[in-house]
Amino acid sequence: MDVLIQQLLNGLVVGSIYALIALGYTMVYGILQIINFAHGEIVMMGAMVTISAINVLNASGVHLPGPLMVIAGLLISMPVTMLIGFLIERIAYRPLRKAPRLAPLITAIGISILLQQIAVLIWKNNPRSFPNVLSQEPHNFLGASITDLQIAIVILALLIMGGLLFMVEKTKLGRAMRAVSMNQAVAGLMGVNINYVISMTFVIGSGLGAVAGVMVGANYGLAYPTMGFMIGLKAFTAAVLGGIGNLAGAVAGGILLGIIENVGAGYLGPLTGGVLGSQYQDIFAFLVLILVLVLRPSGLLGERVAERA
Amino acid sequence: MAELLLEISGIHKRFGGLHALNDVALSINKGEIYGLIGPNGAGKTTLFNVLTGLYQPDEGSFRFNGIDLFRKKPNVVVESGIARTFQNIRLFHNMTALENVMVGRHSRSKASVLGAILRDPKTRREEDAIKVRATELLAYVGISKHAGETAKNLSYGDQRRLEIARALATDPTLLALDEPAAGMNPKETEDLKRLMEKIRNDGVTILLIEHDVKLMMGLCDRIAVLDYGKKIAEGIPEEVKNNPRVIEAYLGASPD
Amino acid sequence: MEQLLQNPNFQRARNLGLALILALLPFIIQHGFGSHGNTWLRNLDFAMLYIMLALGLNIVVGYAGLLDLGYIAFYAVGAYTYGLMNSPHLAHMLAGTSFEWVSHAPLWFVLPLCALMAGCFGMILGAPTLKLRGDYLAIVTLGFGEIIRLFLNNLDRPINITNGPQGINLIEPVSILGHKFSESLTIFGIEFEKIHLYYYLFLGLSLLIILVTTRLQMSRIGRAWVAIREDEIAAQAMGINTRNVKLLAFAMGASFGGVSGAMFASFQGFVSPESFILMESIVVLSMVVLGGMGNIPGVILGAIILFLTPEVLRDVVNPLQDKLIDAHIIADKIVNPENLRMLLFALALIFVMLVRPEGLWPSKVRRAEFHEAEEEKAETETEQKEAANG
Repeated sequence: MDVLIQQLLNGLVVGSIYALIALGYTMVYGILQIINFAHGEIVMMGAMVTISAINVLNASGVHLPGPLMVIAGLLISMPVTMLIGFLIERIAYRPLRKAPRLAPLITAIGISILLQQIAVLIWKNNPRSFPNVLSQEPHNFLGASITDLQIAIVILALLIMGGLLFMVEKTKLGRAMRAVSMNQAVAGLMGVNINYVISMTFVIGSGLGAVAGVMVGANYGLAYPTMGFMIGLKAFTAAVLGGIGNLAGAVAGGILLGIIENVGAGYLGPLTGGVLGSQYQDIFAFLVLILVLVLRPSGLLGERVAERA
Repeated sequence: MAELLLEISGIHKRFGGLHALNDVALSINKGEIYGLIGPNGAGKTTLFNVLTGLYQPDEGSFRFNGIDLFRKKPNVVVESGIARTFQNIRLFHNMTALENVMVGRHSRSKASVLGAILRDPKTRREEDAIKVRATELLAYVGISKHAGETAKNLSYGDQRRLEIARALATDPTLLALDEPAAGMNPKETEDLKRLMEKIRNDGVTILLIEHDVKLMMGLCDRIAVLDYGKKIAEGIPEEVKNNPRVIEAYLGASPD
Repeated sequence: MEQLLQNPNFQRARNLGLALILALLPFIIQHGFGSHGNTWLRNLDFAMLYIMLALGLNIVVGYAGLLDLGYIAFYAVGAYTYGLMNSPHLAHMLAGTSFEWVSHAPLWFVLPLCALMAGCFGMILGAPTLKLRGDYLAIVTLGFGEIIRLFLNNLDRPINITNGPQGINLIEPVSILGHKFSESLTIFGIEFEKIHLYYYLFLGLSLLIILVTTRLQMSRIGRAWVAIREDEIAAQAMGINTRNVKLLAFAMGASFGGVSGAMFASFQGFVSPESFILMESIVVLSMVVLGGMGNIPGVILGAIILFLTPEVLRDVVNPLQDKLIDAHIIADKIVNPENLRMLLFALALIFVMLVRPEGLWPSKVRRAEFHEAEEEKAETETEQKEAANG
């Protein structure tokens, strides 16, 4: 039972991070119906730039308490990722808006690799350790341990997600986003500046990605240039699981996937009599993805859409 | 003596909250030209899609030529003998006219992968036969001279004819045409009417959706009227034309 | 010019010339590159493997229009199947059992078996997933490719099937008509070493793949593939069983991948999960995309360009960086040729999609499909202009 609670807690923490990244995927998909393959690399950039920024600050003698250091780092990395996100949309996706749908996907793959290789060029392929942000001392909770850091991650993620949902529901920009995602042409006719809305979607998503990158780095203690792919794929799975295009779905999917992954990995060994061990953890995300797309493509909270002949 | 070809009853189709087809029943006899009319949104194309396997109905029964076609896939429907054209012309735009019709022969040919790779005499004979038949059909609808042209470069009227030729390539017993006269001028409409009569006289039953009431009255043996997913009338044109419910549904659409 | 190309005498001469060059190519390369001759000949052999892969993927992406991001999984299946049947690893386990013959099976049995295995995996993957929309299918196939790699990497316990990260080595080279390719063959005084023999084997297989795919393309199946690409609903309405036709493309592409994989295993002598990472799937995809989807010469061109360029760059970049280090301009190597290679592929994909999405040498139909949107845009613009002026 202790194992279960521990895995549930771990799953909640990781799941909150997945949820935050999944929001980026789902927002772009809702607006443009494309999978922004490069989003995982944005998350990676967020982590790497933050680490570098913090190292530079440390080297120049600036020493702040943990959380403030991270915020200082984010003040640099968030604009960077937002700019990258903006540029990606502008240079690679906008010209292809009328192209067959495979074109932006292939381009996205190219950009993903491009960003990854640029990161390798800058930071070499070695993992960088993430500075200690908060105390890693475990607290006891229902027989399992959870650290300050993990609690902070969950709370911060939930706050941000809440903020985003508020923005989408209550603000002018959010309304515009929803309009564009429902019917781009008509939204334009109603006076919505479509290009601006689309750009903002990418910018906001990328900003969230940077924060998520920091969370990943803090949670695992390190970051490296090739980390974007796996985490991006998992977060995309989460978005699909919850219902792609649906913000609440991204949140639900993220947390659910985190829990499935951790509980599954924990019990996989005993369940399969030792044949499959926890090294197959990554498989869960792929299996969930395939199962969802084949059995219930609209996800948990998505709408069922039939194609009209 | 009228021989029954297609019979549906109790057909329901829902899209979420929209009850697109509500307890629809009709029967089509061999050799008829059977018309389907109704205001926009009445469910005519939805019914078409059900009859050609593109939509799966929720309830009901569907028998065609002694075969049960309820909830069968489109390729099974085609093999059983129903072919269709589309309201907004769905040709294979970047293929030539001839190639479009040749694709229509797909379900009536048998060449396997092995045959395609080996190109044995039997396969080659079949390929030649496909080409010959496709050429015949282009002539049948009157667009022989466009055989080698890319489909999207054909005029609107010729594209409609091409779509009919392609549908005929499947050797159908029932040909379902979805607004074939849309966007045509009176002369083109008259030519189309003659083509449809020719097709019927050559043994193919026709099911037809159209808005051109004059065309329908002059062409169809029987007509069914849909409104809000329900069939509100069925019978010979004269009866249908004077049916008060039909008049009410169209709200003043006056037959010229 | 058109007349010249159609002239049958010209065509005969051209084909003869082409055949001659292809026959002599290994020797031309070997002697043309001096001391690097053998290296470049090996490169030629590897390039042919990629050509075979690109031809296989061309069926899936180019003809049927299905984006497969996990194609390398089929390469892996073929490679491991061949490797297991031709190396000590499995032979130890099977020695003395009634399955002993498996480790000594002849090529004409093993090669079709590898194709069959890969084809089966293709059907297993395709059956539930081919109905998915383009981008979803891409992601699912990507996931499948990764799952295969994960299993290859971890199936060393509890029973050691794949030998985990170390892979399978000591794989025996091919043996045709009793002659083992590891030994040289002398005909009419000319010595054919292993790298020559493999070239001709790969050439033969490539030609076979080209023949099969060309015939398929010209058949009713090929027409069905184009129809599905153009308008899947209309294709269904014309009686095409789109699921089966797509599955066929998938399985055929997979089996060709399997054949290439088997050849890779026998040529390299060892296989490990490292050779079958996602990046390799993307490499093959780039070759098809850059070269020209659905056009065999284009795809071959794409494979050659994208295989050779990184190799050439490698020979340029490393010495260049060494010189810069010696001249104290830079302290250490900035760029790893492997990264440069990946960068090149990324740029190829982006560039092609933005500038010339149909590829360098596309088929006519494909070029038309990609420019439909542009044509429509141009048409509406002229209409608007006319309306404004009229």
